[in-house]
Amino acid sequence: MKHTTFATASAVSLLLAGTALAEPQAEVLHWWTSGGEAKSVAVLQQEFADNGGTWTDMPVAGGGGDAAMTALRARVLSGNAPTAVQLKGPAIQEWYEEGVLADISGVAEAEGWGDLLPEALAEHMKCEGTWCAAPVNVHRVDWIWANADLLEQNGIEMPTTWDEFNAAAEKLQAAGVIPLAHGGQSWQDATVFETVVLGLGGPEFFRSALIDLDPEALGSDTMVQVFDQMRTMRGFVDDNFSGRDWNLATAMVMNGEAAFQIMGDWAKGEFIAAGKVPGEDFLCGSTPGDGFLYNVDSFAMFTVEGEDKIAGQDLLAKLIMGPNFQEVFNLNKGSIPARTDVALDDFDMCAQKSSEDMTASADSGALLPSYAHGMALRGAQAGAITDVVTAHFNSDMSSEDAVKMLTDAVANSM
Amino acid sequence: MTKWFETHLPKMVLAPSFIAVLIFVYGFIAWTAWVSFTRSKLLPRYDLDGVIQYERLFASPRWDTAMNNLFLFGALFIGIAMVLGLALAILLDQRIRIEGAIRTIYLYPMALSMIVTGTAWKWILNPGLGIEATVRGWGFESFTFDWLVNPDFAIYTIVLAAIWQSSGFVMALFLAGLRSVDGEIIKAAQVDGIPTWRIYSAIIIPSMAPIFLSAFIVLSHLAIKSFDLVIALTGGGPGYATDLPATYMYAMAFSRGDIGQAASSAMIMMLVVFAIVVPYLYSELRAKND
Amino acid sequence: MTDLAASATPAARPRRGAGRIALRWGLYLLLCLFALYYLLPLFVMVTTSLKSLDEIRSGSLVALPRDITFEAWRTAWSGACTGIQCEGLRPYFWNSVLLAVPAVLISTVVGALNGYVVAQWRFRGANIIFSLMLFGCFIPFQVVLLPMARLLGLMGIAGTIPGLIFVHVIYGIGFTTLFFRNYYVTIPSELVKAAKVDGAGFFRIFFAIFMPLSLPILVVSVIWQFTQIWNDFLFGVSFSSAGTQPVTVALNNIVNSTTGVKAYNVDMAAAIIAALPTLLVYIVAGKYFIRGLTAGSVKG
Repeated sequence: MKHTTFATASAVSLLLAGTALAEPQAEVLHWWTSGGEAKSVAVLQQEFADNGGTWTDMPVAGGGGDAAMTALRARVLSGNAPTAVQLKGPAIQEWYEEGVLADISGVAEAEGWGDLLPEALAEHMKCEGTWCAAPVNVHRVDWIWANADLLEQNGIEMPTTWDEFNAAAEKLQAAGVIPLAHGGQSWQDATVFETVVLGLGGPEFFRSALIDLDPEALGSDTMVQVFDQMRTMRGFVDDNFSGRDWNLATAMVMNGEAAFQIMGDWAKGEFIAAGKVPGEDFLCGSTPGDGFLYNVDSFAMFTVEGEDKIAGQDLLAKLIMGPNFQEVFNLNKGSIPARTDVALDDFDMCAQKSSEDMTASADSGALLPSYAHGMALRGAQAGAITDVVTAHFNSDMSSEDAVKMLTDAVANSM
Repeated sequence: MTKWFETHLPKMVLAPSFIAVLIFVYGFIAWTAWVSFTRSKLLPRYDLDGVIQYERLFASPRWDTAMNNLFLFGALFIGIAMVLGLALAILLDQRIRIEGAIRTIYLYPMALSMIVTGTAWKWILNPGLGIEATVRGWGFESFTFDWLVNPDFAIYTIVLAAIWQSSGFVMALFLAGLRSVDGEIIKAAQVDGIPTWRIYSAIIIPSMAPIFLSAFIVLSHLAIKSFDLVIALTGGGPGYATDLPATYMYAMAFSRGDIGQAASSAMIMMLVVFAIVVPYLYSELRAKND
Repeated sequence: MTDLAASATPAARPRRGAGRIALRWGLYLLLCLFALYYLLPLFVMVTTSLKSLDEIRSGSLVALPRDITFEAWRTAWSGACTGIQCEGLRPYFWNSVLLAVPAVLISTVVGALNGYVVAQWRFRGANIIFSLMLFGCFIPFQVVLLPMARLLGLMGIAGTIPGLIFVHVIYGIGFTTLFFRNYYVTIPSELVKAAKVDGAGFFRIFFAIFMPLSLPILVVSVIWQFTQIWNDFLFGVSFSSAGTQPVTVALNNIVNSTTGVKAYNVDMAAAIIAALPTLLVYIVAGKYFIRGLTAGSVKG
């Protein structure tokens, strides 16, 4: 297969050798290897090929991108960086500071990205004023998914406060249903944690605690309450949750084993892939409280040598932000387009709600980056918080101890 | 000229490997040591900044857990694998008819990487799918085997899988040792009517001291390097209850972008290795020089 | 194996009567129980790979498959998807072969020569050099990833199969040198002296005298190196690029790529396929492995 790829590639380049322009080349490092995600990447690859480019796929699955990041670091250090890499959040700026990202302002300005993206999102794509990454989507993290039949049978509404959620969960537990489907991996623990921080503390508290890392907020009584709620929720999870993948937890909600799952809207992709209908088979609602936690996937372009590769980067950046790709990709993945001018008629009710809430939150200042998904903090700080959250969730540590540990860990991570 | 060439040929043959080791082992250790005194984040940087990384390391509860796990895991794994390996070797040494087949069965786990067997082990140990569910299915409703998901016991599942993987190899080492004990001495002991267990405990096992040492070194090297095992079985969880120094270092370097911290933890790991290996090398080479 | 089993171990002492028979039965029972422990994961993997997904979901983990299907094996070999490519393990399997065979051969030959020098051509400092090389066996590989990446880049072989071969050879020679050194040290040094008197040179002695004696330890070295290199994931994922990824990386991709339902049977089949070469080596050459170890490599 490898040889055929090479053969085709060289045959194509021979054919095109007569034409003046360098043929766009792109080697793309990503970890979108599962179902809907893979389909979405295939869409991009198809468009890339249609525009005369050669796409070399380099998927590295596992660990929410850990393995891919290992490969990336080795590639960059060896001076053999991939053309484009799935990167997001402050990591983009971190890589920029190491001096290895390419400037794609040319494409961005020609295409008018500044007008097409919400202010907060655009900031994530810029490095000291220049454009250095292209966004593909906006995931909302603070979703709660529910099995519609189970809620109906037990006479439960979608909860709007955490107390309602606890009451509903107890009722379900009494009825012999697992209230909360959860996978015991540290990032999933962190996902639940940040929705509770947002719900109990509100957007302002979230900002000072998980974005500005204000020691007072981190050590506050509100944070103690957050950990109390985490402890309560630990009781709503079944015994076998350790190490479970998020999509297996989603499957538990689908199959009626469990009633709720707190997870970003990539979970919706799993429901849809299984042929479930939003509003009928499953319900979506924002987790209790105000605000909107976003998780924006993007591709950063690395500094590479060669006309063909640079042409590939420009083409890729243009296609990623193209209206067609933004629509098709996000229909597959469960998220909403990053550019605001895509009509949402073909999207389902959850996506439409997400879009409305995003606009509303942006106006009220409650549009916030997700800490659990690497949008708010750099790796070391986010990791330090996650260590405490997961240690607390998986032991019988008291909330007071957890808060103490949290402030210490954050201070130690600086 | 040829004479000179002949006398120095052995050195020249050894030289490339020696230079490679100097660069790729000692050079890299020196590099790591240097980086451990910097504030390197995503990529290595080279401006020195004191011992801040070591202070951070020793202030981290997660590192404490990792080190405690290493000693607990190391002691149990090395101890049990040695005892089990020796026991299996002695059992297999009793003129077993199907020895070849059984030996292969005991040895094959060494051939598999944990990337391969991790999934199977995860299933077997998972309370909802594996042993617990199966035994309950047989009617023993109260049977519990939830080590994998219990933060206080998860480290023992790592021990279990590690022993599974390596004890066969230890068995092979000991079997080889048993087979190379001088037959004349044993015959003489038998003629004197000394019981079998005494022959083992007083003659054969003491004569295998070097093999114990080899096994110990191989096992401690595996224990310190244990990485795939943890990643495949528990991913370090529940929480970070099964973190080991190797996984800690990997997490810091590659998922956290905290390379300075990773380098300092690597240096501590190297110190542990040093403490184990240097006495071994010393005794090994001294014995050979006699 | 009979030559070894016949060595005069205490079991040779005959016993009589019912006690002896009971003891033998107990012995076999014990051995079989342990065999179960060792076989359980493989059993689970094989049976699961032969089941359909429905059967896996409904049935017990340890049950035998009702309807055997090789569908999962076919998918794992040539159809399983990671990302946008659905070509299974096949292309990556070939990468691993291209990588493992030269790396094993080179590291074994280099180790043999090194061992020969250290054991038989002692010069001042040889022991120190040897212990420095030995210590290299113990370096945790995570430590070397980043500086290695830099050097591979400078050498212009980053992301290529020769680059991976280079890395495996470098970190393999410590072990192979140890094996051969411990083996050759048991060969009387008079042999070399006599050959030298007869006018034989360094390489002549090596090829004419030492090579023919080396088969057992050669097997040990090859098995050890092949297992290490074939099973390696860390170097594979760090130092490969698209098109040169070894089979373990592809396996990890397949196992970690899920689409709603986790295709356990495909995962397991892929895992077995990836492990087949090393399994085969152990089954075919395992007997020589023990023989090689007996022949001297462990005589500390």
